[in-house]
Amino acid sequence: MSILNDRMYTKSHEWVQFLEDNKARIGLTDYAQDSLGGLVFVNLPEEGDDVTKEVSFGDVESVKAVSDIFSPVSGTVCAINEELMDSPERINDDPYGVWLIEVKNISEKTELLSADEYEKYLKEEA
Amino acid sequence: MGQYIPSSEKEQKEMLLTLGLNSQEDLFESIPHEVKLKDLNIPKGISELEVREKIEEISRENKVFKSIFRGAGAYNHYIPSIVKTVASKEEFLTAYTPYQAEISQGILQSIFEYQTMICELTGMDVSNASVYDGATAAAEAVAMCNERKRKKALVSSAIHPHVMQTIATYCEGNDTELIVIKEKDGKTDIDLLASLLDDSVSCVYIQQPNFNGLFEDATSVAQLTHNKGAKLIMGCNPIALAIMKTPFECGADIAVGEGQPLGMSLSFGGPYLGFMASTKDMLRKLPGRIVGETVDKNGKRAFVLTLQAREQHIRREKAISNICSNQALCALTAAVYMAAMGPDGMKEVATQCISKAKYLADELCKIEGIKLKYQGGFFNEFITECIIDPDVLLEKLKKHNILGGYPVKNGILWCATEMNSKRQIDDMVSIVREVMKK
Amino acid sequence: MSLIFEKSKDGRALSLLPSLDVPKVELDDQVIRKKELKLPQLAEIDIGRHYTELVKKVHGVNCGFYPLGSCTMKYNPRVNEEMAALPGFTNIHPLQEEDTVQGCMKVLDLANQYLCEITGMDNMTFQPAAGAHGEFTGLLLIKAYHKSRKDLKRTKIIVPDSAHGTNPASATMAGFEVVSVKSGDDGCVDIERLKEVVGEDTAGLMLTNPNTVGLFEKDILKITEIIHNAGGLVYYDGANLNAIMGHVRPGDMGFDIVHLNLHKTFSTPHGGGGPGSGPVGCKSFLEQFLPGYLITRKNDKLTFKKPESSIGMIKSFYGNFLVVVRALTYILMLGSEGIKKAALNAVLNANYMKKMLSDEYDMAFDGLCMHEFVMSLEKLHKEHGVSAMDVAKALLDNGMHPPTMYFPLIVHEALMIEPTETESKETLDQAVDIFKQIYQTALTDAQKLHDAPVNTPVGRLDELGAARNPKLRYIFE
Repeated sequence: MSILNDRMYTKSHEWVQFLEDNKARIGLTDYAQDSLGGLVFVNLPEEGDDVTKEVSFGDVESVKAVSDIFSPVSGTVCAINEELMDSPERINDDPYGVWLIEVKNISEKTELLSADEYEKYLKEEA
Repeated sequence: MGQYIPSSEKEQKEMLLTLGLNSQEDLFESIPHEVKLKDLNIPKGISELEVREKIEEISRENKVFKSIFRGAGAYNHYIPSIVKTVASKEEFLTAYTPYQAEISQGILQSIFEYQTMICELTGMDVSNASVYDGATAAAEAVAMCNERKRKKALVSSAIHPHVMQTIATYCEGNDTELIVIKEKDGKTDIDLLASLLDDSVSCVYIQQPNFNGLFEDATSVAQLTHNKGAKLIMGCNPIALAIMKTPFECGADIAVGEGQPLGMSLSFGGPYLGFMASTKDMLRKLPGRIVGETVDKNGKRAFVLTLQAREQHIRREKAISNICSNQALCALTAAVYMAAMGPDGMKEVATQCISKAKYLADELCKIEGIKLKYQGGFFNEFITECIIDPDVLLEKLKKHNILGGYPVKNGILWCATEMNSKRQIDDMVSIVREVMKK
Repeated sequence: MSLIFEKSKDGRALSLLPSLDVPKVELDDQVIRKKELKLPQLAEIDIGRHYTELVKKVHGVNCGFYPLGSCTMKYNPRVNEEMAALPGFTNIHPLQEEDTVQGCMKVLDLANQYLCEITGMDNMTFQPAAGAHGEFTGLLLIKAYHKSRKDLKRTKIIVPDSAHGTNPASATMAGFEVVSVKSGDDGCVDIERLKEVVGEDTAGLMLTNPNTVGLFEKDILKITEIIHNAGGLVYYDGANLNAIMGHVRPGDMGFDIVHLNLHKTFSTPHGGGGPGSGPVGCKSFLEQFLPGYLITRKNDKLTFKKPESSIGMIKSFYGNFLVVVRALTYILMLGSEGIKKAALNAVLNANYMKKMLSDEYDMAFDGLCMHEFVMSLEKLHKEHGVSAMDVAKALLDNGMHPPTMYFPLIVHEALMIEPTETESKETLDQAVDIFKQIYQTALTDAQKLHDAPVNTPVGRLDELGAARNPKLRYIFE
């Protein structure tokens, strides 16, 4: 299971990468995509919507399951990854290269894990 | 006593012994004593012969009319023999929802074919596997259109009252504001609609042809609706669709309707069939079962229930709809009906409906004291004003074994289909003429 | 095999209608259809054979054992079908005047009387077309009841985590917030946890009893009392009534509202997914809110009456009437003793199968069950990589419909078996043998089970492909 050092993680298996201007990108971890299996649809919020830390902002569907995606931060959605609407399988192919939403005006963060901490957490869970 | 338990008393005892129990009552030891029922107060069981006599006797307390001139949401059409034969095949009848695709290909394929036919009939991109009936299809369609900032439905008053009431009940449940658009000269008042449309409206619902039998200007309604970013839902008569401008051609986002005319008997109101079709864009919100084509592991074409993550058994409290049954057997019935009719047969039924209704209207209006309530084109139904009490007229028709039109406010809603021969119509009209003379 | 469209030949047709005997009317250009209507063109023999080919690829109750848990796939008696096909029912227009439909009204009236007696309710609506539709109706009754008392703070419906997925979905549709309460280790409602979530905002509780793991909620009187004391109502999901009919009544357990599935408990066919019928019964204090029309007796004539504070209509007309005819036929035939006996044998058959399988398979809960039981294949899955899905697919190769898979959610790798009372001892014995053989295969040749089924018209399907690239209709060339 791959974990990258250039970003932070949540216990609900999202990754967050902080950008300039108080922005961040949010995606799903390799572990998340692997346990969900082949994804068939992604429900994302709209640009301009507010997201709240630890609250679901969307969900991903596999053939027979739906999983909520929880926001690691509070802020306003400033971009969504449109290509996922037509090809959600991109998340399976490249979980760290494919982000779901970009959030600006970040006011709060949940307790985030470093790559090492996330790796340890996954081991404990298993 | 009748029963359908194959195991003999002896076998039942053996099974109890296997369980180490002495009596059948021990099986219910977990039920608290104080709630156990002593006597079930219903009649003692009877044999198949007796039950048949009893039910037949009850059915004879109904009056079966020789000719029917009543529609209002349930239509008397010819049902080809092959339709009944196919729909009563035991395998189709006694299977459950096709969860196990490998042993359900027959049902899945029949639904896939049904979906295709509904798409053809409505012109829409996608169809579900059907829902309970036309009224619930309408209510589910309204729910499909809700968005966070749009939760207001504008519904024409010229629709079937049961559909209106069903939409209202569902809206009460999911907190959708329902505004009724009044009619003008028997049709949806388009000026009023324009004035009510704004950014908070999720959808507009009209019926085509409407409850008064008239054709709505659906294309104009679609334009107005889309200008404000709302969705148009059209409730349609499936027979009329064979010759009428399709909902897609009118610009509708969702087409729904009562599928009963497609081979289902009147049956005192059910089981019927609700069909639902939409544009591709709304597919993810379409409720109920949907069958898709795929391949099996050997690459062979096969069919399967798909897009299931929309549904209640997976999405639970986040599902848009709780519907899990479709009316598979009724959908099958409709598909066989459309196959039996073929494209020309469907057009012929529709043409006969519109022609007979026009003839009936013309003949009735030759009688002094009867005239059409509204101007404008109609399909198989129309309303006449009638200077005498409609109940008196209908009672007289009943004596001649004729079910007359449906009494509505200030008039009678008449219906004619391919089942009404010219002679039937002439006979009925002459009775009406007699009554009006007196 | 070919689709019906692929069999179409231009110019083929049936001879169904006489020629038009009145002047032909054409539609105006504004409303006329422009797009060509494409439907298959076939002869009657083509249609007959097409569907005969299709039924060969369908497994119904009449083809073989169908122990699909929670669905009560009992035998569908033929006499029911004949009664539902009587012209005195099928040719009746729903809007005929009351004096011409006394027979239909009598069917509804009798079914109402008997089903109220069986459930311990006071009145019933037949409008709901299915179980989920009944749930929605029942929840709207709860909503209307609280609203009529101006008790507007009651916004929450409590649902056990073992419940059918429809329960929470229906509650949301009716505008309630769903509170899920975790089941106890014994698979039953955990009274302490229930007490914690109950409060002034409780509108009601939805419960099925026996519950979805096949156990009777022994604390049922306490449960209904807790909800009632908090001011809420208790809703009975009738999916599992087959286990207890004639022996104990939801009304006596403290339930205020029930829905029934006539297509489960009362032997009407499932039709490949419908039509069913989901009548909703209630105690007299809720009667005024029922949807549609109720039947009352007036000078020896039956008449329809709209309840004074009705929630409205939830479907056209009077529900799936012909399904009610079938259910009434069944009830009349079985009568009071037959109903009791059916439940007893449903429970006996389930316990027998459970006992016979328990050497090989792990049961999710020990002891006697009601009409169904749940096995957990978690161990088999961990140790041999064989999942509940694999076992289910292997059953297909043996001419048997598999049990319900992966439900209830609180049991891992669940298979839920409901044999029903209409299966003989030898059918159960054969099924047990098949299950045992599959178990042995799991230990020795797991791959064989991963590859199953092989004897069915098609093998396992590419469901991912179906969902990613939906092909939902045939495209004409």
